[in-house]
Amino acid sequence: MKTFRVALLSTLAAGIAATGTARADDEAQVKAGNAVFQKWCAPCHASGPGHPGTQALQALYNGAKPAPLEERTDLTPEFIRNFVRHGVSVMTPFRKTEVSDADLAALTAYLIRTQR
Amino acid sequence: MRTPPGVKEADFAAALREFASAIGKQWVFTSDEDVDLYRDAYSPFWGEPEERQASAALAPDTVEQVQAIARIANRYKIPLYTISTGRNLGYGGSAPNASGSVVLDLKRMNRVLEVNENNAYALVEPGVSYFDLYRYIEERGLKVWIDVPDPGWGSPVGNSLDRGGGYTTHQFRNHFDAHCGMEVVLANGDLVRTGMGAMPGSKSWQQYKTGFGPAIDGIFSQSNFGIVTKMGFWLMPQPDAYLTGTVEVPRHNDLVPLVEVLNFLENSRICQGMSDLSSPVMGMPAPPDAPPSPPDLIALINKAIDGNARELDDYAASKGLTAWSVTIKFYGPAKAIAAQWEYAKEKFSVIAGAKFIDGELIRLPLTAGQRDKVHKVEFGIPSLSIFSMGARNANNPTPGDGHQWFSPIIPRNGEAVFEANKVFAAAGRDFGLPVPPFSIPFCFWERSFLFLFGFPVTHDAAKNKSTREAFRHLVQIAAGHGWGEYRTAPAYQDLIMSTYSFNNHALLRLHETLKDAIDPNGILSPGRYGIWPKHLRGARR
Repeated sequence: MKTFRVALLSTLAAGIAATGTARADDEAQVKAGNAVFQKWCAPCHASGPGHPGTQALQALYNGAKPAPLEERTDLTPEFIRNFVRHGVSVMTPFRKTEVSDADLAALTAYLIRTQR
Repeated sequence: MRTPPGVKEADFAAALREFASAIGKQWVFTSDEDVDLYRDAYSPFWGEPEERQASAALAPDTVEQVQAIARIANRYKIPLYTISTGRNLGYGGSAPNASGSVVLDLKRMNRVLEVNENNAYALVEPGVSYFDLYRYIEERGLKVWIDVPDPGWGSPVGNSLDRGGGYTTHQFRNHFDAHCGMEVVLANGDLVRTGMGAMPGSKSWQQYKTGFGPAIDGIFSQSNFGIVTKMGFWLMPQPDAYLTGTVEVPRHNDLVPLVEVLNFLENSRICQGMSDLSSPVMGMPAPPDAPPSPPDLIALINKAIDGNARELDDYAASKGLTAWSVTIKFYGPAKAIAAQWEYAKEKFSVIAGAKFIDGELIRLPLTAGQRDKVHKVEFGIPSLSIFSMGARNANNPTPGDGHQWFSPIIPRNGEAVFEANKVFAAAGRDFGLPVPPFSIPFCFWERSFLFLFGFPVTHDAAKNKSTREAFRHLVQIAAGHGWGEYRTAPAYQDLIMSTYSFNNHALLRLHETLKDAIDPNGILSPGRYGIWPKHLRGARR
């Protein structure tokens, strides 16, 4: 019985540790994605004037959705990938030497962070 | 998989294996999904058979890898098309001149090798963007400025080799002129350093431009004679202060003396920044979200273009507006630039009715609050805000998919501005082009004006075809008046090179002689700026 209890506690502890590790991994991924966003996306998509992407989304949605991408809560990984790799209008695609697949995964984690 | 023209599939496959061995297979891109990322998003041939597309892409990380690639490409006669950041949108992006070329993407070579604050210079690799270099300098608190183009996501190496320009002072705005020393991989894989860099152990590679013997750096700009892997640039010591002053003159024909005085002040280095010309009465240049000009004003502008400006002058007077305005810019010690502005006012006072508006003296460095309000590029701060011009806005609810620049150099005098507007307005009407009612020249370059017409690129082949035809007509019309373009997209490089035809195309023939000598297999960026290797020349000439 004692052995079982120790095993159970060990399993629970391992589970908690695993959850903690996963959370830490997620946080690291979101942090990395924030850096990708600030480097590659913010010059056009940050909030405030002087950001053509934000200007374009304001004109497109007219307030129905937030114009700055970081304030959106409806973005999906497919949506983000499509615009990064295919662009739209005057926004051009980004090559993998600029935004790698790993960068794109991190960026996605950052932009959907509020949906968890 | 696409293959380069004239290369057997088996040879291409063997070359790709060797490229992978040299740089790592993860840096050899061959899938359509990956290679499509190298399409020119602003191609005027988008989706048409003539669109120039790559067959593969290579992304080396070191000079040695670039040398290895050149040797392999030479062995298999694989055409390479070199890009640094591939962001010269409107001038070709990351797509090659010759379809089937393998793009040599130097973006991973992104090291800032040196920034010397004391003597104000930098040495960088091709993948370093203006944003990267700016960030490097800011993080270290170095008191030097870079001069950036607009937008600023290109690279100092690529932009200067394409002979781009910026917004600070004369000495730095012409990015190629501001470079000092290059490292170049030749077609055979040999490695050359120019200027003082040719001396082993040189201590002044970025401090003296020409070294000893012929100064050959120029042949590596707007060309295909080598792969530049390092480049030095002179930087601007952070000035103490910045000041603008605006001069307004009442009559349309006052442009002539206005430009004469402006030229004197710029050529004397009294005002060092990039001057901004505008026309208050015409509302030109119009901001990106401006509504179209009213028809009655356009009619008056057209009369002025035809040589009768009296009604436009009367209209301006009735509205309390002036015909012309120029804002001149000063960088330096606060007391000195205030005195320079006072001197400029004296000079402009020869124009009857000239009015002066003092700008705010800004002491540098900028505060965080000031940074958000200023035109960033005039302070050496990279930005992408210029894309607001083409992006969706209230007056542009259906934006296009890009633009192409028609950018002729015009003599720096008022008469030439009038003549150019007469010619281009007529061409715009003839070809249905979105030419503004009156085009205001830019003062990027010393001694000359630059006209910039941005024509839309769409994903509609018929519309693009029509725009291309009009663009070609404009090039010919401009050449007929002695006006040539300073830069263009691959789609027009052959055409524009053909207009530089003095003495039966003697300059192009010299380029070709050099090409044949320096790159006999024609592997480096075939067709770039109209320079084709011998085996592809016949079809193009």
